[in-house]
Amino acid sequence: MAAQVFAYIVHKNGVADDTALELVSAARNIFPDTSPTAIVTGSGTDLDGVCNDLAASFGEVWKFDHEALAYPNAEAIRKLLMAVLPADAVVLFPHDTFGMDLAPGLSIKLNSVFVSDAAGFEGLDGNNLKVIRQEYSGQVSTHLMADISAGAVINVRPGIFQPDESRSAGGQVVDKSSKIGDLSVGRRFLEVVEAEAGDVDITKEDILVSVGRGIEDQDNIEIAEELAEAVGGVVSCSRPIVDAKWLEKPRQVGTSGQTVKPKVYMALGISGSFQHMGGIKGNPYIIAVNKNLKAPIFQIADVGVVEDLLDFVPVLTEKIQEGK
Amino acid sequence: MEILVCVKRVPDTAENEIEVNRDGSDIERDDLVYSVNEWDNYAVEEAIQIVDKVGGAVTVVSLGDEDSEEIVRREMAMGANNGILVSDDAFEGSDGKGVAAILKTVAEKGSYDLILTGAQADDGAGQIGGMLAAMLDLPYASVVNSIEVVSDSQLKVGREIEGGNQELNEIGLPCVLSIQTGINEPRYVGIRGIRKVASVDIPIWGAADLGLDASNVGQSAAGVKRVDYFVPEFGEGAEILEGSDEEIAEKLIDLLKAKGGIK
Ligand SMILES: Cc1cc2nc3c(=O)[nH]c(=O)nc-3n(C[C@H](O)[C@H](O)[C@H](O)COP(=O)(O)OP(=O)(O)OC[C@H]3O[C@@H](n4cnc5c(N)ncnc54)[C@H](O)[C@@H]3O)c2cc1C
Ligand SMILES: Nc1ncnc2c1ncn2[C@@H]1O[C@H](COP(=O)(O)O)[C@@H](O)[C@H]1O
Repeated sequence: MAAQVFAYIVHKNGVADDTALELVSAARNIFPDTSPTAIVTGSGTDLDGVCNDLAASFGEVWKFDHEALAYPNAEAIRKLLMAVLPADAVVLFPHDTFGMDLAPGLSIKLNSVFVSDAAGFEGLDGNNLKVIRQEYSGQVSTHLMADISAGAVINVRPGIFQPDESRSAGGQVVDKSSKIGDLSVGRRFLEVVEAEAGDVDITKEDILVSVGRGIEDQDNIEIAEELAEAVGGVVSCSRPIVDAKWLEKPRQVGTSGQTVKPKVYMALGISGSFQHMGGIKGNPYIIAVNKNLKAPIFQIADVGVVEDLLDFVPVLTEKIQEGK
Repeated sequence: MEILVCVKRVPDTAENEIEVNRDGSDIERDDLVYSVNEWDNYAVEEAIQIVDKVGGAVTVVSLGDEDSEEIVRREMAMGANNGILVSDDAFEGSDGKGVAAILKTVAEKGSYDLILTGAQADDGAGQIGGMLAAMLDLPYASVVNSIEVVSDSQLKVGREIEGGNQELNEIGLPCVLSIQTGINEPRYVGIRGIRKVASVDIPIWGAADLGLDASNVGQSAAGVKRVDYFVPEFGEGAEILEGSDEEIAEKLIDLLKAKGGIK
């Protein structure tokens, strides 16, 4: 089947997000010969730069330029997409907070299947697309069969599909702005409030001692602080620790927290969800301490310790102190 | 304000090691500890706080087998006014659209100003809220981490976006919101609270009660079907250090020194 494949491009300050080229690779994992069409919405001159940069990698780049699209309001963009997409389109989004906002509802309006957070594709059997996903925070994987005969909306996990820069598509930018109809919706964007800075800047640290839910109790944070002090690093954490208010938000590593690039990352009682790992860049040396050998962090880490961190970490700290 | 909150009973990933069963048809369900989906608990707390401020009532609904009654009751012990269990063999095997279609009929049986879901549940899909909103033709906002009631017809909501930044929006009522963790601090539910609601009646609604044609939901109607569960074979994975705690610590210190992990 030869469905037309579209990729929605997230961009900021005139630069396309890394996921743009990842979606091209994802599309080719589904249909090996496809040259997907990029959909770029926005307003003003920034938009042209984004579109021109993408032309080399996409069969076509559809540009939608409108004042009301200056900030990507998912509700308005959904309305736009409903009007311009062909009936059996296969539409890819990155599985980020924008894709989560827009894609599930779009699949209802387009009357096509929705696949969330796809982590791999294993080919088409007729109209059935075989998809790999993870469940239970990555502890197990599943295969899904999605019937894409009436099209599909697919959210693709960021960071999985590597961009393939060797294949140039040599596409062109097509200004589709005249196709923009009514964009009025029940939700109005007001402003973005930037995250507050904290007392330490974990993004600048070489050694991070990071704690997750496995730390079990606020009082145990001390264990991590002592280790951090012994190695000359700083304590960071996963999201549940911030939700519980045990540490401040600026210490949170992950897609909805900070992006860090240390030399060494110690993950203590962290399962390794993709939203957490998404905040770790620069390929650091990762040490995982977790009592569950099945925790996905052990697939990503360089070295692992399968122990109760409450027992093991104090021993480690003591040995380091002794050696000094 | 009349608020409907959708809650799901899930295996608690903080309490369980989830394993694939022998033939890969399911996870190993013996001895699993279940609880209310983490995100949904925040949603119920938020609904209760809104009603405390502006009046109204909170209704929680869960779609699942009879065991889901326990989490409906738990959320009522927290302070939700009404609970509904939606259960029918015909619903089994529903995909996201099926679940949303069933919850839609529940929403339409009442008259709700606000419908809340969690941002995501155990299968990490994060899809039901957006689907439900689209089916009901209501405005939607996902990953909401603040709600301010502006008037009878409007909310100001914050969405937590990348980098921990917050996107502020005005949204008209009625609407559907998916709630992100950390929006509040869910209250503790003690034995006394549970006891107080131990004997309240929780209605069970099936396909007939909801006027649903069973052929539109469940396994046969699903466009997305789960084939199996498996444990992926990754690359090498981590080198697991063995020995006593002391021995492991020694090895780790050598590695830390080599990698610049000790200053
Ligand atoms: C839109 C969105 C954005 C998100 N953004 C982020 C983000 O920026 N950062 C982030 O971290 N998360 C984020 N999350 C949440 C993410 O999905 C996970 O829920 C979270 O990362 C899990 O944190 P955790 O690993 O600490 O907890 P869990 O997944 O509960 O893992 C705890 C681990 O500790 C282990 N453990 C328990 N006790 C012990 C012990 N005594 N000793 C050793 N090990 C032990 C367990 O085996 C388990 O593996 C986001 C979610 C959404 C929906
Ligand atoms: N079976 C269910 N019963 C009630 N609510 C559900 C059910 N499944 C999902 N939801 C709601 O939809 C949210 C998102 O779930 P999901 O889209 O499955 O990740 C959950 O946090 C719940 O609020």
